Amino acid sequence: MSLDNATVAKIARLARLRIDEAALAPMAKELNGILDFVAQLEQVDVTGVAPMTSTVAMKLRWRADEVTDGGNAEKVTQNAPNAESGFFTVPKVIE
Amino acid sequence: MTDPAKNYVEGATGPWEIVIGMEVHAQLQSQSKLFSGASTTFGAEPNSQVSFVDAAFPGMLPVINGKCIELAVRTGLGLKAEINLHSVFDRKNYFYPDLPSGYQISQFLQPVVGKGKLVIDLPDGSAREVGITRLHLEQDAGKSLHDQSPNLTFIDLNRSGVALMEIVSEPDLRSAEEAGAYLKKLRAIVRYLGTCDGNMEEGSMRADVNVSVRKPGQPFGTRCEIKNVNSIRFVQQAVEYESRRQIDIIEGGGKISQETRLFDTGKGVTRSMRSKEEAHDYRYFPDPDLLPLELDAAWVEELRRNLPELPDDKKARFISQYGLSPYDAGVLVAEQESAHFFETVAKGRDAKMVSNWITGDFFAALNKSGQSLQDFVIDAEKLGGLLDVIADGTVSNSLGKQVFAAMLESGKDAMAVIDEKGLRQVTDTGAIDKAIDAILAANADKLAEYRSGKDKLFGFFVGQVMKAMGGKANPAALNDLLRKKLAP
Amino acid sequence: MDGFTIAGARDRLTKGDLSARELTQTAIKAMEAARPLNAMITETADKALDMADAADARRKSGEAGLLNGIPLAIKDLFCTEGVLTTAASHILDGFHPPYESTVTANLWKAGAVMLGKANLDEFAMGSSNETSFYGPVKSPWRRRDDNAGLVPGGSSGGSAAAVASGFALGATGTDTGGSIRQPAGFTGIVGIKPTYGRCSRWGIVAFASSLDQAGPMTRTVRDAAIMLRAMAGFDAKDSTSVEAPVPDYEAALGQSLKGLRIGIPKEYRVDNMPAEIETLWQQGIAWLRDAGAEIVDITLPHTKYALPTYYIVAPAEASSNLARYDGVRFGLRVPGKDLTDTYERTRAEGFGAEVRRRIMVGTYVLSAGYYDAYYLKAQKVRTLILRDFEEAFGKVDAILTPTAPSTAFAVGAKTNDPVEMYLNDVFTVPVNLAGLPGMSVPAGLGSDGLPLGLQLIGKAFDESTLFRVGEAIERAANFTARPEKWWEAAR
Repeated sequence: MSLDNATVAKIARLARLRIDEAALAPMAKELNGILDFVAQLEQVDVTGVAPMTSTVAMKLRWRADEVTDGGNAEKVTQNAPNAESGFFTVPKVIE
Repeated sequence: MTDPAKNYVEGATGPWEIVIGMEVHAQLQSQSKLFSGASTTFGAEPNSQVSFVDAAFPGMLPVINGKCIELAVRTGLGLKAEINLHSVFDRKNYFYPDLPSGYQISQFLQPVVGKGKLVIDLPDGSAREVGITRLHLEQDAGKSLHDQSPNLTFIDLNRSGVALMEIVSEPDLRSAEEAGAYLKKLRAIVRYLGTCDGNMEEGSMRADVNVSVRKPGQPFGTRCEIKNVNSIRFVQQAVEYESRRQIDIIEGGGKISQETRLFDTGKGVTRSMRSKEEAHDYRYFPDPDLLPLELDAAWVEELRRNLPELPDDKKARFISQYGLSPYDAGVLVAEQESAHFFETVAKGRDAKMVSNWITGDFFAALNKSGQSLQDFVIDAEKLGGLLDVIADGTVSNSLGKQVFAAMLESGKDAMAVIDEKGLRQVTDTGAIDKAIDAILAANADKLAEYRSGKDKLFGFFVGQVMKAMGGKANPAALNDLLRKKLAP
Repeated sequence: MDGFTIAGARDRLTKGDLSARELTQTAIKAMEAARPLNAMITETADKALDMADAADARRKSGEAGLLNGIPLAIKDLFCTEGVLTTAASHILDGFHPPYESTVTANLWKAGAVMLGKANLDEFAMGSSNETSFYGPVKSPWRRRDDNAGLVPGGSSGGSAAAVASGFALGATGTDTGGSIRQPAGFTGIVGIKPTYGRCSRWGIVAFASSLDQAGPMTRTVRDAAIMLRAMAGFDAKDSTSVEAPVPDYEAALGQSLKGLRIGIPKEYRVDNMPAEIETLWQQGIAWLRDAGAEIVDITLPHTKYALPTYYIVAPAEASSNLARYDGVRFGLRVPGKDLTDTYERTRAEGFGAEVRRRIMVGTYVLSAGYYDAYYLKAQKVRTLILRDFEEAFGKVDAILTPTAPSTAFAVGAKTNDPVEMYLNDVFTVPVNLAGLPGMSVPAGLGSDGLPLGLQLIGKAFDESTLFRVGEAIERAANFTARPEKWWEAAR
């Protein structure tokens, strides 16, 4: 599997990374180098092997349904590049 | 099973069948969010119910709310569905400003609840089973406000992370009416279970409606998904419009393109959503911040044992225990409160009479008031009191309606109204005799006609006497006495 | 600062012949002198002195904690309340967390003093500390008779340099594929990545959630034991945190190795691995045998697949974990013509080349049509890698390997080929994939005069055995080499 420029552009779009036309080919080359490297896994027979689902052998803990957080609008928004009247703001979205 | 043909809609080229599947998002009734301890209360100041987890600050991690798992499983049990003892939380990746982490924690391949079913009640009294595909847990997104500023979208994350269950139906629905009935029944079930408040105005329940059309007997057509419809009426309107739109396109030689559409409640039309045009690739994968969700079978059984009586069972019981018609039983069980109200009033009373009153005058007045059953001026005790004085003949049924009207105004109980207004029924034969005599004397011509064979005038005399007595005469006694007096 | 260890300073602080303020002042001076190393992104001298004074006060009132008055460097991946936290990325410009990570909170509770935030590879993605937006860290070490700048290893390169150069008695690191152990090996210090779930991940900027784990970097094994005890512990805010008591690791030290079985995996060799690394490994085996341990040859047959597995799993998780850096709620925003353009500009300018590359790889391997072939396959191979270890640990108590296949390399030597850089982690990555504890202990100097480390791998939650064996290696190796302080002249 070798990535072409169009696929690289598509992936960049999915990942919301702006990439200049000129950067597509070098990026494709780098990614293909990595993908060639990981292609070694094709040699491994995983028939009947379950994928690893958790790094620790334990059960998911459940939290009690209590309000223990929030009430911090100022702290939540104080790091925002743009905020107005308690809201975060972004360039207008057209639905 | 109903005849499918009765739902067909006519197009220029003949009949069409509408095929509808629904994805309903229902907010779970938890105090705190699915993965954070922030409150879920509706209508708070912007970003005031947001933890750093909900705002996806660096290094923040999700911890699941056990109550939400319980509510989802209870809902699954209420839908007679398979409960998966092993399920997995996945990340659904996409960028949107009200989705702070850039992914929604949801369940994709292994949901907590599998296949189930739901019975819809149709206005003609028939019922039909609709398949439930699955139910899974997921987080809600925040809110984008597009109308606060000309150039900016405002983001409020109060809803971000609120627990939702997404309930997906099979494409088993065939008309706008059925889609409405499905949503109604689903809402009744979650309300009975106390798992969701079903409040569509506040967005606690919203439906994505998948609509396609086909010629009867043909394979499914291409579907369009109408996003976030927030009332039963709008769901029905959206289906009506969308199915007609699709039929017109196909009959005009066009093709339906699969897309996401929006229902414009003002214009009553659906339109394509520009923002969703881009092809999605959600890159689902198991959330590495969480472990698989394991349920204990005994715990699930415990929940099953403690389920309340659900609408279908209650309806069946109302029919067999109280002898109600399926229609009346259906109306009464639609809301848990009204079913409970009925049973409270029916205790020790004639259930059919109680049902007639509740589904008739009482509901009419309640709806007109816009109040909830709980806050309504006439409670179960007051209504019971009124029905008692009708049953024992203190007032007639028709006078009872007057008493009811007065009770609505004053909030007093039936006896107080009757005494105050002197509406007590007259059973004193002397007084009725006297009134009959006066009417017969004043209508000698009519009396003669009656005696010459015009039997129909009996009713006229009843009416006149009743009118003269202000409606208070005991109808049985009046009939009796009048018949005697008129006898030749 | 040179003579100090955490244990040594602790004794003098306890005795009262040194105050936390005096120790901290000395440390700050040394930190300032070491600026040419670029080990720190943010120095917090004033805060350090305040914390030292508070530590002295606690000492007086008899409330001294495990690390009372001990000056530490904190990898700038740990969120510290009110203190700039960058993950060495432009995209977190100006971010002041309104919260404190659980691990650092634990350290402050134990009385430790924060000298500042240590430099690292951007978002901990790198093996040389060259991907930092704040510039590369220079290793305190230089090759014999060569002034060329060397890398300290990565991603916890600033932490390693802070400890190896002597100004911090210890530093926090994080290890996703070797980011504690490899720089510890390169700089002649001790670093342990504990068992996954031992230290809370809450408040640590996430790279790859199923692999990330925090741990201490110190001069001695004993210091690592002391520091890990303070860092570790159950945290209800992390669903992957394990509810298990934290032992007194120090108590494990000094015990005989009699009866311990040490596994030697034959697969831990790579093409072109310098002979001196093999030699050092054999030396380590001899030391442990001499100390009474039984040496057992073992096999970990899927070792060669660990690195390709890692380079699917880690970027996949990272691509999702880093989606939150969108310029909306914190950090950098680069305005664009509309929302999507704003996102794309912000993320393209905010992330460096290596981070962008990994996001691209991660996005691709999760995308429709490729998920099964890459991500799912990798998670299956991961199961096989874990099984290898489980089988081995049926026969042995710990495993001994080299930490890295080479000594430190020159700045810029491997930046052109990402895959060559990745190969540095070949011996450390399998441990993360299996969630096991791993420790690097300095064991000697290479022919170029640079430190070499040996890695010990333990059973899950059995860090105690690693400390016990690690200390035996430390004692046998008697590693006392320190870098020359060229940076003091360089100022």
